[in-house]
Amino acid sequence: MELNEFVQNFGQEFDETPIDIFTPETVFKDIEEWGSLTALSIIAMVDETMEARITGADIRSSDTIQDLYIKIISK
Amino acid sequence: MGNPFSLQGKTVLVTGASSGLGASTAIECSKVGATLIITGRNSERLNDTFEQLEGKDHIQIPLDLLNMTNLDEFVKNLSTLDGIALCAGITKTIPVKFISADNIDEIFQTNIFSSMQLIQKLLKQKKINKGGSIVFISSISTSYADKGNAVYAASKGAMNSFSKVVALELSGQKITSNCIQPGFVPSRMLIDGIVTEEQLEEERKKYPLGFGEPSDIANGIIYLLSDAAKWVTGSVLTIDGGVTLR
Repeated sequence: MELNEFVQNFGQEFDETPIDIFTPETVFKDIEEWGSLTALSIIAMVDETMEARITGADIRSSDTIQDLYIKIISK
Repeated sequence: MGNPFSLQGKTVLVTGASSGLGASTAIECSKVGATLIITGRNSERLNDTFEQLEGKDHIQIPLDLLNMTNLDEFVKNLSTLDGIALCAGITKTIPVKFISADNIDEIFQTNIFSSMQLIQKLLKQKKINKGGSIVFISSISTSYADKGNAVYAASKGAMNSFSKVVALELSGQKITSNCIQPGFVPSRMLIDGIVTEEQLEEERKKYPLGFGEPSDIANGIIYLLSDAAKWVTGSVLTIDGGVTLR
């Protein structure tokens, strides 16, 4: 999966935040809507669309969406 | 009079004994005199449990409860039982948005459908002795909601309801059926998942008595299997270090 598609999928997991604010450089934990359920949704989305298993620690240690993307593709 | 909390002379079947609460339950039951029949999917880890059992005449049978042909065969060859501790189970964190027919099926098959079918077969083949006990390992999640836990919680809620009807139907034979609802006990099943050390620490703070150990749950199971609990049936015993108090 390309980075841009990942950013789109990442943004889709938010219900209140407009999708067009999401870029590879977005510091996702600063988004007001970010919380435990969005984190769980991102883990589930990665599992479903990229068949990769990420953990809470992977999310915790990533700042931007791109950081997380790099972790996933290097798995 | 002997100790009413002892399992001396009782034959107890423990499912899911290859890891976590099941393994601990089998070991603790052996310490209070039970003769164990232990099953689990992973034969290597089941053997680890088996080697830790105290006393003699125990039996280990690697078994996938979801395989009906094997289950039929297993029940047919089984001696009669005084107790059954149903510890086989899986957990999966899935937000409701991501539920699928596949993951619902996987969780329900392992957590409750397999136990229902095992109980059915044991009863049909008259393998549970008069005065026997059935103990289901449920979860506080049945009423203590946590995000991502919907399917798991629903499977355990089904278990609580199932146990009560079993209790009523078997009362004529003085067979009891009860559930234990454990709080979070750090075990392999959970630690292998997505929980980090920091999250674990945060979770610990919610528990007035701190986290429990597998033996804290196993001791509750021993009570329900023992003669001390012969008048306890259809109940749901919460053992959770006080986490659901608030």
